[in-house]
Amino acid sequence: MNAHAIIFYLISAFLLGTGILSVTTKKIFRSAIWLLFSLVGIASLYFWMEVEFVAAVQIIVYVGGIVILIIFSIFLTQQSGKEMPGPGLLRTVFSLLAVLFGAGFCCMLINEYGFTQLPGNQFSVAVADIGTQMLSTAEHGFVLPFEVVSMLLLGAMIGCIVIAMKSKEAKNKGVLENEQEAVGTVISSQQNNTL
Amino acid sequence: MSSLSEIPLAHILFVSTALFFIGMYGLFTRKNLVTLLMAIELMLNSVNINFIAFNKYLYPGKLDGVFFSLFIITIAAAEAAVAIAIIINLYRSHQSIDVDDATEMKY
Repeated sequence: MNAHAIIFYLISAFLLGTGILSVTTKKIFRSAIWLLFSLVGIASLYFWMEVEFVAAVQIIVYVGGIVILIIFSIFLTQQSGKEMPGPGLLRTVFSLLAVLFGAGFCCMLINEYGFTQLPGNQFSVAVADIGTQMLSTAEHGFVLPFEVVSMLLLGAMIGCIVIAMKSKEAKNKGVLENEQEAVGTVISSQQNNTL
Repeated sequence: MSSLSEIPLAHILFVSTALFFIGMYGLFTRKNLVTLLMAIELMLNSVNINFIAFNKYLYPGKLDGVFFSLFIITIAAAEAAVAIAIIINLYRSHQSIDVDDATEMKY
């Protein structure tokens, strides 16, 4: 086992540990922070797999966008220091049973499948190749999904504003404006990033 | 290329499976809508790891897995934004974001 393999197991332990803490901790703000660490761990797994562009997108969109949005919504909707009530013993036991059974079953299937690696050329993800293929109109181009996803982002942005828009009798004025700004900023930065 | 043979593909898939079921555990046990959203983000991320790993190990000459994960990241961002707008709206009308308090459409 060399350094490359050890780094993989370290990254995996880190992201799984922080993921477990993120779904089990009692305080909601800590849960968001553990989620942030877990997402950074996933980004470092992408760096380990030598897909630097996806790792950069992961950090920009997830760590810089979605987690910040989640933290905003935590601040807007409740006291972040308050402890959440636990799920109860029966629920915990049966969820744990279901999850362990599912994970064991999937791991057994993966273990027995026996993936055959095709003799292909070397895996290298140049950003120029990604850009060329994404905007290509030839057979394996992704220009149609690209356009569709940009329309989806536009729809999501308008939808967020419409959903979060306050009705006339709404009282809490300042809270709402902050929220709209946050949603709008993240969506537009995400759109700029993708386009 | 020398790095490929040391870690088998199955180990990366074990990690992503574990992450998916961690997210599922959160989905089963949490009652707060924001934490449910966090659990869903973990599950989406485990799928992304799968796509990248399959691309790297099984089809190293192509880029399809990379494109799939890029599009999934984009759609997850849109989904999170819409979900948070809905959560804020629910909080405004119910003063709570607990799933047990939003039961109007249940029956």
